[in-house]
Amino acid sequence: MKKFFIGKKIGMTQLVNEEGLVTPVTVLQAEPCVVVDLHEVEGEFATVVLGTGEVKDKKLNKPRRGFFEKKGVSAKKYLKGFRVSNGNDYVVGAEITADIFNVDEKVTVRAKTIGRGFTGTIKRHNFSRGPMAHGSKSHRIPGSIGAGTTPGRVYKGVRMAGHYGDAFVTIKNLAVVKIDSENKLIFVAGAVPGKSGFVEIFS
Amino acid sequence: MSSSQIIEQIENSQLKENVPSFNVGDTVVVATAIIEGKKRRIQKFEGTVVKKTGTRIRESFTVRRIIDKIGVEKTFLLHSPLVESVLVIKEGIARRARLHYLRDRVGAKANRMKAKEKQIIAS
Repeated sequence: MKKFFIGKKIGMTQLVNEEGLVTPVTVLQAEPCVVVDLHEVEGEFATVVLGTGEVKDKKLNKPRRGFFEKKGVSAKKYLKGFRVSNGNDYVVGAEITADIFNVDEKVTVRAKTIGRGFTGTIKRHNFSRGPMAHGSKSHRIPGSIGAGTTPGRVYKGVRMAGHYGDAFVTIKNLAVVKIDSENKLIFVAGAVPGKSGFVEIFS
Repeated sequence: MSSSQIIEQIENSQLKENVPSFNVGDTVVVATAIIEGKKRRIQKFEGTVVKKTGTRIRESFTVRRIIDKIGVEKTFLLHSPLVESVLVIKEGIARRARLHYLRDRVGAKANRMKAKEKQIIAS
């Protein structure tokens, strides 16, 4: 069965084992997720919507509040649908805990990267910089963006300056190092994208 | 509990008890365990502490000495279970936190720190 969960990135630290080996880890807070909704397409697939995180009542608009009231679950801050082949294993209102994962299991995480705003080509696409001295005026400019009269236009998809970051990125094959069910924490080896915030975990 | 408090708690829970105290400039003997298959033996490294960095479980220190006219620096994780003991042989006077200037020294003066008046002599 495919497993999925929504955690919250807390930060990074390191774990030292008895043999003196150091593992860099990202600590994810794993408050229980709640099945908020279930869409089923008979005989094909089902979508399980998980929710997590507390949200103040005044932050909800009427449609959203109505949705949660109808489903009979308390309002959640972050919702995410996961597609499964069979929805029979899930009930609306059921809780999913971090215990579904095992130590040494490989997981995939998806989270939003740090927003960098409007950036130039050097930061965004790893372009090279021009000389800063010797009369050069091409310091951080992108350079040529294509040929001349033929084709007479700029090809689609040419890498240019623009908005960078604040986009979802998926990282595969991160190992689960430790699960602390008492404090509701998951330790994942290596880095997880973005600042502290919601992280989707699959396996 | 805030995020930083959780991280702090995780890091504090891994700390060793009775960690030796020493300062930059001291001459120390560091005993580390070396595991070769099933055998476990102790290796000692003597030298001057040139750097201490990090806090809690991330705290580490660097020891420098001259071996066969070649400068050797080893960095140890203070709370690593492999670091068995750190013995202070001589307390030195260091006027800065990082003694990287010792790297530029040549000859007899290399790695020599002014000692404090009161010396601890340990075998």
